[in-house]
Amino acid sequence: MANSCIKYEVVTKSYGKKIIIKELSLDIPADITTAIVGESGSGKSTLLQMANGLVIPEKGQVSIFSKPINKVSIREQRLKIGYSVQGAGLFPHLSVLHNVTLMARLLDWADDAIQSRFEYLLDLFELDPELSPRYPYSLSGGQQQRVSLCRAMMLNPPLLLLDEPFSALDPVTREIIHSEFLRLQAIESRTTVLVTHDMGEAMKLAQQVIVLYEGRIEQQGSVEDIQNNPASDYVETLFRVGGN
Amino acid sequence: MLRIYLTNALLLALSTLLVLFSGAASSQATDSSRAYTIGSKNFNENYILGEIISQLLEDSGFTVDRNFGMSGTMVIYEALRTGEVDAYVEYSGTLAEVIFPGEGDSTPAELNQHLQSEGIEALQSFGFNNTYALAMKRDHAADLGVETVSELAAQENIDLGFSVEFLNRADGWLGLIENYGFTQQAIGMDHGLAYQAIDAGTIDATDAYSTDGDLELFDLIILRDDLNFFPQYYAVPLIHQNLDPQVKNILRQLEGRIDEERMRDLNGRVMLDGKSFAEVASEFLTEEKLFIQTTSAVTGSSIWSNIYQNTLVHLQLTIIALSLGCLVGLPLGVIIYRSKKLSRGMLYVAGLMQTIPSLALLALFIPIFGIGKTPAIIALFLYSLLPILRSTITALLTIDPVLKRAAEAIGMTRFQQLRFVLVPLALPNVLSGVKTAAIISIGTATLAAFIGAGGLGEPIVTGLALNNTDLILQGAIPAACLAIITEMLFDVLERALVKPHMLVGQLPS
Repeated sequence: MANSCIKYEVVTKSYGKKIIIKELSLDIPADITTAIVGESGSGKSTLLQMANGLVIPEKGQVSIFSKPINKVSIREQRLKIGYSVQGAGLFPHLSVLHNVTLMARLLDWADDAIQSRFEYLLDLFELDPELSPRYPYSLSGGQQQRVSLCRAMMLNPPLLLLDEPFSALDPVTREIIHSEFLRLQAIESRTTVLVTHDMGEAMKLAQQVIVLYEGRIEQQGSVEDIQNNPASDYVETLFRVGGN
Repeated sequence: MLRIYLTNALLLALSTLLVLFSGAASSQATDSSRAYTIGSKNFNENYILGEIISQLLEDSGFTVDRNFGMSGTMVIYEALRTGEVDAYVEYSGTLAEVIFPGEGDSTPAELNQHLQSEGIEALQSFGFNNTYALAMKRDHAADLGVETVSELAAQENIDLGFSVEFLNRADGWLGLIENYGFTQQAIGMDHGLAYQAIDAGTIDATDAYSTDGDLELFDLIILRDDLNFFPQYYAVPLIHQNLDPQVKNILRQLEGRIDEERMRDLNGRVMLDGKSFAEVASEFLTEEKLFIQTTSAVTGSSIWSNIYQNTLVHLQLTIIALSLGCLVGLPLGVIIYRSKKLSRGMLYVAGLMQTIPSLALLALFIPIFGIGKTPAIIALFLYSLLPILRSTITALLTIDPVLKRAAEAIGMTRFQQLRFVLVPLALPNVLSGVKTAAIISIGTATLAAFIGAGGLGEPIVTGLALNNTDLILQGAIPAACLAIITEMLFDVLERALVKPHMLVGQLPS
């Protein structure tokens, strides 16, 4: 297996009395796409947010690129982590251009570097350049999600965290973005962690799947492993409702 | 009517508070080169006497600041004691009963001794005795066969309405109950409004002053004080002991110049003939040949220039207060909004501030900040704090958590998150909070006139004292216009600063 990019060491996180993640240890390998699959409330988003310090576990340690995460160091680390969420999370007061390029401008990138990276990303996600001065409210859901992916990839981060980015899209749009995502994977190898409740999507986009159930890892392995040897009824159910 | 009653009740409350706080005040040294501040209470006669003193000093080349229309004896007496006011006209009976309560009948010598210990000197009286009296409509009194206070006390179904100060004074209603055995209930109301009420038949009798210029206008008669209960109220200028002796000598010219009939006449010129205080004072000084310079005769200044001046002062008060409110409220909200405890605590404190009645707050500040603009601005600032703070905290707290997470996740520093995401997203809500604060300030600032801060409240206070609706409207209409214009300006500002799709209620989901 390739190098570990994200390392969880016996992490526990609870909100109030409810334990979300329980003494979980996990290595997420570099350069491939890993899907974290589970039903709502299984803790998959929380697990993802521990990787960029949005959630700090009360017990255990998370490291990325072999460096332990703490509140101070994480700010620098985040520049190497792209992040996109369900519903896109675009800033409503900023245009498409400014949403995508905000952080690059704050980091004082050269104007032409910003411009060429922006154009490259629009092209990658088949977004019309005429959208760039528009505000998020005037975009379709699919367009918003693509812009959100552009923003996540603006700084060309080695790690991409995707929190159910395709869940809110209609099936047709989802199909199109899926194929764009696969094309992206074919061009470059980038460590990607995709959180989804859709096993079909996981199988299509990921090389490795982690099934989460009530804050624990139910099963971990390659897509084929899991499909051929589901560890429990729960995993099987996920396959059955996954649409494939 | 209830509002008037409440207002007066507040005035009473603040007078009480003032007594409690008077210990904190310190007196100020006087200086011959500075302007002299002349105060007046907020009723007709006292305005005229204040104006007479002011013009007399101005005629001799002194600069005079007029702090007229102050509300309640304790407010103005305290202002004199602390040196905020250099002189005003007080009444001997009021001095005895209000300033030195419970000390029985005081001789003028005893009074002066008390005053001296406070650094105050009473000059000789103007000459007239403006005593309290009970007044009734002439025909109504005749119908009931009432000529004396005793006969009124014997009436069963009568409604009594008194000025709040009278209602609570030992030499007023409380003493009447004790001496005449009144068993009827009495309600408190503004003195000017009481005459209207008696004219309309809402009340049967009210307190009056023997020099009231409008007794005749309302066809009122004064009931004979058959038990000789009411003390004497000779009008005396009260001044600071260390006032320039020259000033003292100038004011001494007024000793014994005005008898009761003369005072009723002067009062009537304002109340009945509609002249300004300045005009009547000027006429009096001219008639008495007290002016040294012939050029100083005053003619009435135009309504428009008065409104303009008052509006300027009003704007000054509200703009300074609102700016302070923003300067403190906005950063404070940004700093504390993350902490539930802190923001809840601050909102509680700011809310508490809001519940202190404006007049009480203004009065509380007199011992600390004196009278005039400073305490008014501080009070308005405190009132503006709650809406600004609350809207800032609410605006920041209600920002979609997904956006907050996104801002944090892409690697922005705390400051960058604030500057580029949180503040722009909070702006529409914050602006509407500042707008609310501005409009509250414009309304509340009208009360600042009670402590001599001027502004559009001044014609309102004077109009109330004179029972002059025109004058009240000269303050009320511009104040309402200011509020409307402010509302419109904020709409323009909002359109300039906030993109249309970001306006409140139109956030994309």
